[in-house]
Amino acid sequence: MDISKKIVDDFVANDVSFITTVPCKQLAGVIDEVEAREEIFHIPSNKEDEGMGLCAGAFMGGKRPAIIMQNTAIGVTINTLATLTQFYRMPLPMLISYRGELREPVACQVEMAVHTKALLNQLNIPTYHFHWQKDVEEFDNILKYTFMSNKPVAILTDANFWGGYGDQ
Amino acid sequence: MIRSEILKEIAPIIRDHLVVCNIGLPSQELHMIDDQPTNFYMLGTMGLSSSIGFGVALAQDKPVISIDGDGSVLTNLGTLPTIANNATGNYTLLIIDNGSYGSTGDQPTYAGQKTSLTDVARACGCDNVIEVQDKDLGPVLQSAIDSDEMTIIVCKCDSGNIKLPVITLDPVVIRHRFMEAVAS
Ligand SMILES: Cc1ncc(C[n+]2csc(CCOP(=O)(O)OP(=O)(O)O)c2C)c(N)n1
Ligand SMILES: [Mg+2]
Repeated sequence: MDISKKIVDDFVANDVSFITTVPCKQLAGVIDEVEAREEIFHIPSNKEDEGMGLCAGAFMGGKRPAIIMQNTAIGVTINTLATLTQFYRMPLPMLISYRGELREPVACQVEMAVHTKALLNQLNIPTYHFHWQKDVEEFDNILKYTFMSNKPVAILTDANFWGGYGDQ
Repeated sequence: MIRSEILKEIAPIIRDHLVVCNIGLPSQELHMIDDQPTNFYMLGTMGLSSSIGFGVALAQDKPVISIDGDGSVLTNLGTLPTIANNATGNYTLLIIDNGSYGSTGDQPTYAGQKTSLTDVARACGCDNVIEVQDKDLGPVLQSAIDSDEMTIIVCKCDSGNIKLPVITLDPVVIRHRFMEAVAS
């Protein structure tokens, strides 16, 4: 199964048409797929809080937005999640590469990985963790849940989910 | 002129348009001067007025004006390349550059010193960047809104604030009525 294609198919099927991204090595394939789709306006942002601002605006402008980012970005977006996305009750699916988990080759990534779920939990952000490829089957339901509840929702996708890193 | 005087002067120009307004005193002033459902008041999240307004402009066709501040643009400088590289003609970014963090007591910003936000915006790739003195803003803003090209206006003005109450509107109400105005 091509999980990048499946993920972007689900975005499109759920009418998500505005996606901002900040790259992560693990997300390269899905970002390429987002860029390739005519149904989606892809706007790279320079920082993830900026991207969440764009998404808030796009939502108010009538589009369904999403952000694709690395888990380290939780560290730069807490204020935005609390005072914009949550305070104004806006939906935001966050497809997040969960760096620093099993099969991670870069030690520094572990330092934010150990805080990631605790921070999301502290923010009362519904959080899903994709570890096996088949977990992607839940993605469609998670998108529906996000736009039903008008909340930011985190989908953590670890290295195992993406098939590891290959030879480093 | 100080920011509140500028907002009073441009209120008739922006009142029928979608406006995203910067956190703190700018939103409080606009709310007091001319509250409109087409105004989205930021109650927090310093720095994102330009990003939110730009998102609205990209998602639909009506003109959108972001009212931002020099301090807030400095905190989210990454916004300028994004705006420059995805330009949309229905968007106007108005930076009220009073050279200070007004809402927190007019501490000086670097924009009031060696850093020119006009030059920064141009260097980031924004094509139409106009620096204007406070008293000349009205016609410049009007033609930016009327034109089919995206415009960044850096309005140089004095620092200084007036006393006024905080906004007590519920954020969901602000968002809801703004979205109804977008859809109408
Ligand atoms: C992350 C963060 N840091 C600091 C503040 C405090 N703060 C609120 S408004 C503001 C000043 C904004 O200055 P500027 O954008 O120039 O607007 P002005 O009030 O001068 O019009 C500051 C520092 C904040 N709200 N959030
Ligand atoms: Mg200022």
